[in-house]
Amino acid sequence: MSDAPRPRNVPPSVTACPDGPLLVRGDVELVDDRGEPLPRRRATLALCRCGASAIKPFCDGTHRAIGFRTP
Amino acid sequence: MRLPTARGRLGDTLVSALTGSPGRTGTLDDTVEAALAATDDVLTDEDVQLSLFVLYELHYRGFDDVDDGWEWEPGLLAARGLLEQAFETTLRQRVTVPGPVPAERRAVADTLFAMTAPTPGPSVARYVARRADRTQLVELLVQRSVYQLKEADPHTWAIPRLAGAAKAALVEIQADEYGGGSAERMHSALFARTMRGMGLDDTYGRYVEAVPAVTLASLNAMSLFGLHRRLRGAIAGHLAAFEMTSSIPNRMYGDGFRRHGADQDTTWYFDEHVEADAVHEQIAGRDLAGGLAEQEPELVDDILFGAAACLYLDDLVGAHLLDAWGRGRSSLRTPVVPDAGAA
Repeated sequence: MSDAPRPRNVPPSVTACPDGPLLVRGDVELVDDRGEPLPRRRATLALCRCGASAIKPFCDGTHRAIGFRTP
Repeated sequence: MRLPTARGRLGDTLVSALTGSPGRTGTLDDTVEAALAATDDVLTDEDVQLSLFVLYELHYRGFDDVDDGWEWEPGLLAARGLLEQAFETTLRQRVTVPGPVPAERRAVADTLFAMTAPTPGPSVARYVARRADRTQLVELLVQRSVYQLKEADPHTWAIPRLAGAAKAALVEIQADEYGGGSAERMHSALFARTMRGMGLDDTYGRYVEAVPAVTLASLNAMSLFGLHRRLRGAIAGHLAAFEMTSSIPNRMYGDGFRRHGADQDTTWYFDEHVEADAVHEQIAGRDLAGGLAEQEPELVDDILFGAAACLYLDDLVGAHLLDAWGRGRSSLRTPVVPDAGAA
């Protein structure tokens, strides 16, 4: 299950989806608290914002099941 | 794939025409009209849905035993047009489209998220997670294989029909569906891996004979929406609804297969969809469907129609599976025996 290449030619951006995750695009390095790279399996990532995902730090859609709302 | 066996008079006429050289469709139109006059439900009519499937497949990979020249044969297109008119009319009569919804990105996305909100009731995914036996898991894969071995293809037809932000959004989703440049990560290839893991033959079209009309109807709706530029709103809405009802169910499907000892390779497809479709549902709802609504406000109703049709057909297929399994029967038309000794 090899990782997808990091899209170095795309400028980094983070999109805050209403009532949903943070979409991360572009040349961003994703690491854990020790600086170890986290798996990046696709060019565009969704990071959990509700705290309920079972695959953190990635989103698994659970925010919709728990009725998460952003201000 | 070879031509499937006809399921009635219409299929007989169509299959016998396709086995000849392109050009002669004879009385095909009359046979279509007779089949449509005789059916009490276009969506579950075996003869009608299989015939539509065959006509659409000419635009995907075709059939080994059919001349490729048939694809744009006017006589076939006319017959397909008659079938499509009945199919689309029935879908528009059956589904409930919310409205009126303003042609604004946020309003359209919110409506789509509301239409696809997770519900606590019985579902195929819950049944698979907790109760399905191994034979039923195999049936699930067989049912899904008709679409999943060409996963994403029907929606790709829409790319040249869109522009700007909506097009960029669709391409972003489809690139991920097609593995982001890696053939082995293509979602259709991951599904093939799951099939092999459960002892099934992953050859494209291998199990068409086994699946009932209602399953073909859900695929045919995607082909209908995808192949007609007029219906570009519907195919965008269809994709949004499809992606928005995928992450949570796929976790349950994965759980069902793990419960029967499936390895990580076999459940990769489901695990991949949990993560990928949580991304795709945001892009599809906001940038694709919402973006398209702002570009072409007159498409809002069709965007919502496409989403509603996706959900309606998904419910019909789900009801068929749960009904068959609840009675201790197979959901398939013909038995499928997987290789023993798989994962």
